[in-house]
Amino acid sequence: MLKDLFQKRKYATIPSERTKREIPEGLMNKCPKCGTIQTSKELEKNLKVCTACGYHYRLNAMERIQMTLDEGRIFEYDTDMISEDPLQFPDYIEKLEKAKSSTSLRDAIVTGEGTIGGYPVVVAAMSFDFMGGSLGSVVGERITRAVETAVQKKYPIIIYSTSGGARMQESILSLMQMAKTSAALSKLSDAGGLFISVITDPTFGGVSASFAMLGDIIIAEPAAPFGFTGRRVIEQTIKQKLPDNFQTSEFNLEHGQLDKVVSRKDMRPTLIKLLDMHGVKGDATYGG
Amino acid sequence: MAVEMPFEQPLAELKSKIVELRKFSAEKHIDFSDEIRRLEERYAELEEELYANMSSAEKMQLARHPQRPTTLNYIQSIFTDFIEFHGDRLYGDDLAIVGGIAKLNGVPVTVVGHQKGKDTKDNIARNFGCPHPEGFRKALRLMRQADKFRRPIVTFIDTKGAFPGNAAEERGQGEAIARNLLEMASFRVPIICVVIGEGGSGGALALGVGNKVLMLENAIYSVISPEGAASILYKDASKALHAAEAMKITANHIMELGVIDGIVPEPKGGAHRDPLMQADFIKEAVWGQLQPLLSMSEEELLEDRYRRFRDIGRFTFIQEGNHA
Repeated sequence: MLKDLFQKRKYATIPSERTKREIPEGLMNKCPKCGTIQTSKELEKNLKVCTACGYHYRLNAMERIQMTLDEGRIFEYDTDMISEDPLQFPDYIEKLEKAKSSTSLRDAIVTGEGTIGGYPVVVAAMSFDFMGGSLGSVVGERITRAVETAVQKKYPIIIYSTSGGARMQESILSLMQMAKTSAALSKLSDAGGLFISVITDPTFGGVSASFAMLGDIIIAEPAAPFGFTGRRVIEQTIKQKLPDNFQTSEFNLEHGQLDKVVSRKDMRPTLIKLLDMHGVKGDATYGG
Repeated sequence: MAVEMPFEQPLAELKSKIVELRKFSAEKHIDFSDEIRRLEERYAELEEELYANMSSAEKMQLARHPQRPTTLNYIQSIFTDFIEFHGDRLYGDDLAIVGGIAKLNGVPVTVVGHQKGKDTKDNIARNFGCPHPEGFRKALRLMRQADKFRRPIVTFIDTKGAFPGNAAEERGQGEAIARNLLEMASFRVPIICVVIGEGGSGGALALGVGNKVLMLENAIYSVISPEGAASILYKDASKALHAAEAMKITANHIMELGVIDGIVPEPKGGAHRDPLMQADFIKEAVWGQLQPLLSMSEEELLEDRYRRFRDIGRFTFIQEGNHA
């Protein structure tokens, strides 16, 4: 405890080029849902939610962190961890390199700690722009370490999921990350730790069949497609057309798979309320 | 007579030649014994060669062989006093999963596994061994019961995967699998898992969080079906054999990656050639793995299982100075 006081915390403020790369200043955006055209500035001011129809644009991990944590500040864990190519899978290395240079991430996740409304939390945010947010060894290991840190520090953990599923290029090792992360969450649960899972557009496959569905509280952003098997595969299997709202957050809420659908502007206040009610008030000087 | 797989064609052709020659020799009273002997020697060589050098794709065919023994076959031969239990107490009884209690060498255990059908009618009832959420929840209920009564758990894995249907989604396919992973990690009894045929994706792993995980020699274990991988990676499901090679799904590969603890040998040509011999091999392997676990404390069992999965994964660290 005393040692902690003297330990210098290294915080990084997310540099603007890491978050704004996607939409350079002045560019116009056309809403994929209603077609309304808005400037990037307008859109960012509205947390990347369409001002006309409420469509929630996809966020990358850094944007998510910036919108969630106090002052967008995170003390990142395991930033130097990178994927290997254990199976010598065709084109995997090239795909990784391409993803790294187009996203400025090292893999499909950012983990670390920070505060939300002054409450200390461990946070993990997945990034769909990095190989479809696929779950491989690095994502599995970083989530597991983040969960273990949450147990050790008695912090709540919040995981923002977005993923197409397990990473095929690491085959069986990817599948096993589902068991690994779930086992770590079992320890967190036994220790009485709080895990809030936030499901975002889109969350499928291995991620939906492991940590994303294991939250004490499971929240989803509006209209986020989410399920185990993708719509196309189901339609081919059952040879029927599925309704438009199939597998949306609202559909999942109706079928008992979620606690709540929360819009992006209400997300931080909701998280703060939840943290408050779980008595996890951190020390006031934290992060200051 | 076993159904021949395409790659076994040369063997089948040679065998029919030998049979023909024998018949001809008997009918015409001509002595072809030298020729027959030579052909038989060639047959033995070819058989050796063929089964020793099977590709991933060929093993995949054996793992999916229509006559491959199923969970219920093994339960009948390996255990005694099996009593099957049914239902998840929430929705229904998914026949794609079977389970109950039985004795293994006199020790009461809970046994659970995926169940494929033996013929078309059976396969329809069992949904080709592809469970819905109620199947995973039935397995979970039986495993919780084992945990309560301190019975070891043995699981048999044999599924293409969790069923990809709309009803499965509505009832929480993802949650059902996830819940099994979390709870299997927390049980205080020994858990031994055996992949007997196809270990397909999350639906397989939902019965796969054990202290020891074994695979049959010709079984496969993969993150996605080779057909699924091919349709995503190559936009062509017919390239499944190619994807099967790339994903390294055979027992040998999975062993090299450190994901399983042992390989159970199969009779020459695959488990279906001699199901009873295969059952003996499995029984011996499971019993061998179970014994040391029986003397471990609950905490040791938990920690052993945690470490087993905690250590799986391959990654490295970038060598550099400061970075944002």
